[in-house]
Amino acid sequence: MTKLLFADVDEPGLATLEVYQRRGGYEPLRKALDMSREDVLAQIEASGLRGRGGAGFQMGKKASFLPQGSMDKYLVCNADESEPGAFKDRELMQKNPHQLIEGIIIGAYAAGTNRAFIFIRGEYQLQGDILEAAIVEAREAGFLGERILGSELDLSLVLHRGAGAYICGEETALLDSLEGKRGNPRLKPPFPANQGLYQGPTLVNNVETLSTVPHILRMGGEEYAKLGAEGSTGTKVVSVSGCVQRPGNYEIELGIPSREIVYGLAGGPPEGNRVKMWFPGGSSAPVLPGDQLDIPYDFDSLAKAGSMLGSGSIIVVDDSVPVMDVARKVAKFYAHESCGKCTPCREGTNWTVKMLERMDAGLATPMELEILAGVQEQIIGNCLCVLGDSMAMPIGAMVKHFREEFEAHIEEARRRNDLALAAPEPEPAGVMSDTHGPIPTFAGAS
Amino acid sequence: MTPNDDGRGAGADPRAAQVKRFSHGSRIPGWDQAVDLTKDPATVPDPATTPVPEELRTEIEARMALYPDRRSAAIPALAAAQRHHGWCSPQAIDQVACVMRLTPGYLSAVATFYDMLETEPKAPHDVYVCTNISCSLRGGDEIHEAMEAAAGDDPAFNVRSFECLGACDIAPMASVDGVYVGPLEPDDVAAILNDVRDGRPVLASKQLVRRLSADPQANRQDFPQPEAQPAKGAAQATIDPGERERSVAGEIPGGEEGGEPPASDHGDQHGFAAPDLRQGET
Repeated sequence: MTKLLFADVDEPGLATLEVYQRRGGYEPLRKALDMSREDVLAQIEASGLRGRGGAGFQMGKKASFLPQGSMDKYLVCNADESEPGAFKDRELMQKNPHQLIEGIIIGAYAAGTNRAFIFIRGEYQLQGDILEAAIVEAREAGFLGERILGSELDLSLVLHRGAGAYICGEETALLDSLEGKRGNPRLKPPFPANQGLYQGPTLVNNVETLSTVPHILRMGGEEYAKLGAEGSTGTKVVSVSGCVQRPGNYEIELGIPSREIVYGLAGGPPEGNRVKMWFPGGSSAPVLPGDQLDIPYDFDSLAKAGSMLGSGSIIVVDDSVPVMDVARKVAKFYAHESCGKCTPCREGTNWTVKMLERMDAGLATPMELEILAGVQEQIIGNCLCVLGDSMAMPIGAMVKHFREEFEAHIEEARRRNDLALAAPEPEPAGVMSDTHGPIPTFAGAS
Repeated sequence: MTPNDDGRGAGADPRAAQVKRFSHGSRIPGWDQAVDLTKDPATVPDPATTPVPEELRTEIEARMALYPDRRSAAIPALAAAQRHHGWCSPQAIDQVACVMRLTPGYLSAVATFYDMLETEPKAPHDVYVCTNISCSLRGGDEIHEAMEAAAGDDPAFNVRSFECLGACDIAPMASVDGVYVGPLEPDDVAAILNDVRDGRPVLASKQLVRRLSADPQANRQDFPQPEAQPAKGAAQATIDPGERERSVAGEIPGGEEGGEPPASDHGDQHGFAAPDLRQGET
């Protein structure tokens, strides 16, 4: 299988300019700068490259939306990889930072911007340090700065470290965070291509998308489009994690059966266990049951199956794990990360956590599954960004595919609870607060 | 009504005791205190009365110069102040506000939003244990409990369960002062804490930086593992040779030399033969 992004990814020193250039690095940039801006854009459009961050929007199309003119325009590389299950950008930045920097320079040329930022999540300290060193090397070698390689292109590149917030992976929240504010999503439209960073036209792309750009220039857009499947061209780094024997990043050509990734590359679940369900694209993708592993792994096939490719992160859950545990983990994560701007998401995620805990504690009836599913429906599509949807879709899918298990779990918890209630009550005591001592109870209450 | 029954049937609710409340009974701090309407709003601190350490000032000013709008430097500046003061204390926020010419209120709003900026005093060593879905499927919650128990009341450690840190390939994992280690086993917990106490590289054999890519077909040659990261603050500490030996011995040979891997047969999904794949570190 063709390896582009991951070709000899562990070669010692690949993160240095010397080794990267010895392997033919920065040649695609020279090639691009010899071409006109429109021709480079045409190459990217011809490649059919779809965004690798989650939405899967065509990069060439997005770049062509930027108005031309002498106003300040920006390119922002989204390296705030926080989706549970995703870790491909981490490996790409850590092992091959110049590939990303070269992609950013070519992307900036194509979009006509001369200021670029990499927004990296604060937790990625090692990767941030490696990128910072690589940016210095690239600047000293004349790949960044003014009149790059004697051309008309000027480009400054700044690494910006975040401080831990999942929501900043959403492009408009990322822009707010980059402007030094709380990371709250903005209303769209206007889209960032028209009004983004500092109100200027902004192209926001994922690390993997930009890292692919040098390969497109090297191969030619049409040649690249021959890889992968129709509508999902090229190769993709897939992060496989959870109940598999060999978790890790694997570069595949889009369109291969998902089973080959889960079983062939990652080794499948431990001996004796079966795949119960899998998240095809990170924890925000609707789960698919284990018997749907034969779906081709590409954008359109997964969408047709009712899920999505998202960031390309497969989380495998085997039959030793109760579905309730997974649902609670997912809901708790989104409740914690909801920024609180939109009511359906802020209230819906917290309500869902409470409802799942009630179910788990034996305080709910199976009928309440209907309400749970109904609330998820009400979250989807009703917020500024898709964080709420990201919880609602997998929880909704879990209820749909595993209703019987949920019902059995609820009945079992209720039975346990009834037994506990029948037992003699312990001596009542004031509710203890973890941090601030006992709470005064009502005087005179018996 | 029993004393611990708040009227919503929570008396029988096992979770009632889990909700953290302040002594006034609410979960909202200071809700019972009236706002002093006569007090002027906080303004940009006066440089004459707000001393700022020179080192911090230089760092913040260098950061501000990188952006078209100086406010963009708010998060890097607060992070720098946190490194300097240990946490984003009111004094630290005042200093950043003074250099950046912003109000402390604006910066507090930013600092409280982000998980890595701490607005309450914290211990010097951060141990973030991932308990998100991929790690918890492989025992992350147990590692977190063990870590909490092992660190106990030691004032040197800030042990937290953290959302996905982006290293599900080494699940269950933890970030110790920014250094990623995994896959962890319960025995590693004590070793991590001891390494930090002694200033050694944290769990050198299980650091992420030393892990080769899981994709065997991407590694046609048997590349050596890189060096471990030194501990934070420790000056290039050397790796314990014994530890080094063990981890190198545990390395699995690379994929086949050259040549394309066997082409996958799209029609035959069930008969897909797994090539001789490199295992992750064990």
